Amino acid sequence: MSENRKPESKIAPDLSVMFAGRIYSPNPFWLASAPPANCGEQVMRAFDAGWGGAVWKTLGEPITNVSSRYSSVDWNGQRMMGLSNIELITDRPLDVNLREISEVKKRYPRHAVIVSLMVESKREAWHTIVQQAEDAGADGLELNFGCPHGMSERGMGSAVGQVPEYAEMITAWVKEKARTPVLVKLTPNITDIRTVARAAKRGGADGLSAINTINSITGIDLETLVPRPDVDGKSSHGGYCGPAVKPIALNMVQQVQSDPASSLPLSGIGGISDWRDAAEFFLLGCGTVQVCTAAMRYGYRIVEDMTDGLANWMAEKGFANIAAFQGLSLPNVKEWKELNLNYKIVARIHEEKCIGCELCYTACWDGAHQCIHLDRAPGGGANGHTPPASYEARSRKAISVTPIPKLDHTAGAPGAREPYPTPLARIPRVDESECVGCNLCMLVCPVESCITMERVDVGLPSQSWEQRTASNV
Amino acid sequence: MNVHERAEITERFAEVHPPLGAVAALAEANRCLYCFDAPCAAACPTHIDVPRFIKKISQQNLRGSALTILDANILGASCARVCPVEVLCEGACVFHRYNKEPIQIGLLQRHAMDAFFADGPVLPKKATTQRGEKVACIGAGPASLACAAELRLRGYAVKIFERRELPGGLNTHGVAEYKLRAAESLREIEMIRGLGVEFAFGAHIAGEATLAELEKEYEIIFIGVGLGEMRKLGIAGEQHGGVLNALEFIEGYKTGGKVKVGRRVVVVGAGNTGIDAARAAKRLGAEEVQILYRRGLQQMAAFEFEYEDAQREGVRFHWHTQPVAIHATESGEGVAAVECRLVKENASASGDMEFVPNLAFRIPCEMVITAIGQSPLLDLLQSIRGVVLENGRVLVDRATGRTANAKYFAGGDCVNGGREVVDAVADGKRAAVGIAGMLEGAHV
Repeated sequence: MSENRKPESKIAPDLSVMFAGRIYSPNPFWLASAPPANCGEQVMRAFDAGWGGAVWKTLGEPITNVSSRYSSVDWNGQRMMGLSNIELITDRPLDVNLREISEVKKRYPRHAVIVSLMVESKREAWHTIVQQAEDAGADGLELNFGCPHGMSERGMGSAVGQVPEYAEMITAWVKEKARTPVLVKLTPNITDIRTVARAAKRGGADGLSAINTINSITGIDLETLVPRPDVDGKSSHGGYCGPAVKPIALNMVQQVQSDPASSLPLSGIGGISDWRDAAEFFLLGCGTVQVCTAAMRYGYRIVEDMTDGLANWMAEKGFANIAAFQGLSLPNVKEWKELNLNYKIVARIHEEKCIGCELCYTACWDGAHQCIHLDRAPGGGANGHTPPASYEARSRKAISVTPIPKLDHTAGAPGAREPYPTPLARIPRVDESECVGCNLCMLVCPVESCITMERVDVGLPSQSWEQRTASNV
Repeated sequence: MNVHERAEITERFAEVHPPLGAVAALAEANRCLYCFDAPCAAACPTHIDVPRFIKKISQQNLRGSALTILDANILGASCARVCPVEVLCEGACVFHRYNKEPIQIGLLQRHAMDAFFADGPVLPKKATTQRGEKVACIGAGPASLACAAELRLRGYAVKIFERRELPGGLNTHGVAEYKLRAAESLREIEMIRGLGVEFAFGAHIAGEATLAELEKEYEIIFIGVGLGEMRKLGIAGEQHGGVLNALEFIEGYKTGGKVKVGRRVVVVGAGNTGIDAARAAKRLGAEEVQILYRRGLQQMAAFEFEYEDAQREGVRFHWHTQPVAIHATESGEGVAAVECRLVKENASASGDMEFVPNLAFRIPCEMVITAIGQSPLLDLLQSIRGVVLENGRVLVDRATGRTANAKYFAGGDCVNGGREVVDAVADGKRAAVGIAGMLEGAHV
């Protein structure tokens, strides 16, 4: 890999990928198998907008959907931190989908069209659908073993993906017939995602996609007491996705890619909203990424900055292509027992940036290790042992008045809008001898770079828990 | 005031700070950092727990938010509209130090209060038992209202004596209509009346006889009389028909139905009241409004934002300009012009003003509005035995509002010399706590 790194590269990075050995894509951004890849007209518009590929919404036996289908979690005034759906696989006739796949491939021969499949657990049924999809022109197949709602009640989707033996058996059936690469899409609704990844690999899969959506109830309407989404006064658990699930997806991607028995070319999925998210999935070993929620929210146009931002970052870092940085972060994920116990950092508050909100103070006292103090000047807040009622009483007792120059005998109108320096009494002090370097104060601080975590030399060589306990033996 | 005049005033006096919509309020509430021991709460004279009420808005607990506000400040609804937040809570917001816009605390407070009033304002009582002592409050302005409400919530019987026919003092009669509508002030007072506070209107408390009667019936008397008449210019022609003071003028258009102004209006005095009058004159149809002030911009008593707003609305300022006479029209019925001289501070230590020689001029106008401050109600205050005055203000223990005569407490403009509504509320509430402390202590 290292020979691909070209520091200070002046040439534009190459975003094209060859996935699972045989699927060419002009860039690694694919639409996930979901509403944005529901029909030919959509997929063609997506390709026009710049998407490198699309995983066609799952083909299978005809189904009927309900309305409503989506619900979301808003957070702190931001909409759609997470999205949940109870929509099933495609509800369009199979022949229409196949005709449109073939039309898309004719018009966009260099874009990747992967077809997601889900049929009943019968060998013949799988053989038939594989043949149909490939005859229509699919560049690859994705087996939907992950759908957590509705289809699983009929013995499909995650009902398959949660039983390694079924997953292996069906993968093997598909491989008997398939001429194009076969990807298995993994469900996160399982104790250890590697068990099914290994089964897929044993069944002969050429690649994996992870993760599918997470079982969820997004919330309950406090007026009607009905969970969302409301279908005639009732609801059902849905598949959760969007920015909220990214950390869970990254962890599962890392688990799969660090396990030799699981590891395969992997298409990363889970809350990817921008190029930074995508870069993180590549750094944990993914070869392409799939996007749904962000495209549902903002439309296909988001891909423009995904490719632009990624290319700029790659150029800056000197990565000529995706392979040049694929998996580079995997060696940096270790088990806890391998981490250096003698590494020490402490919080430093850069007082010239401090605005005096005291969020670090209250977070440290209530949520961490009681080592941030307000004692730099008289009149600073109470120490952390003071019960809230007493400092509230103190501040209520203080007499404040509206400044009126004429009455206060001050010159001129009071300056209202000019920024003023934070009083020393409001700038917290870190007791470095007690600071454990947990990061919490830095995480809650609203001002960029106001609190930094600085390394302290403890004069000891690196030692992990594993080493320490071994040496104690 | 008839319905048409009312509607015309409402139309001409559109709110300068329209309310936030629900979505905007939520977004703004979410911007608040929720500071610990927050500077905004410290800056508020009534110490409203600002981060707490904003957090409650963001959690969509609007009733909890409103009660947090009202617990500290019973006139939270009018303060949300009239407070000079730029020099109070919003001026103290830590975002100023981060080059960010401060949280719109005033508008968020209004959001919570509007929801509370729309819901039918019901306050929880602080005490379940009634106390035997009775307290009288003189004057129905913000200080007395705050004092009365707090005492009533603690179970005391309170009666407010007001010489006018409507309660609220300057909140009802003297605040510019584009900040606070008289109806909104009255709605808030209706809530206080709902607690069981009694009101006597048209009550002239003056002289030792009426005070002695009050003293007989009430254990404690709270003085919340505010300030008295507006000061006169003391120049020739002040008695002409087209000359009136700013409070008469504002009260006239707010509650009296007098909505006519001259084409050209001169306002004397560059305090907040003068600016309120000038901006009102513009809204009532004056084409030219000019403010005269005998000192310079640096000494102006108005808040900077008031001055900027007035300028934006086309009000002109004449600094170092003193009116020396008002000339009548030939018929003698109206005003024709104000004669002015330029003045400067003389070099003596007293800083007295002296005329700049040979610089006199006339400003033609049809109306003169004076706004050079209010005098204290000396006659009344001096008739209360044992109450000590200093520079015309009632001397009190700041922490309790207690005067030199233990039967009397005081607060508001008559104590602080004329600050804001929120200062009067803080005074009134402190006095109520002081009164309750004294009465309850006395029974131990």
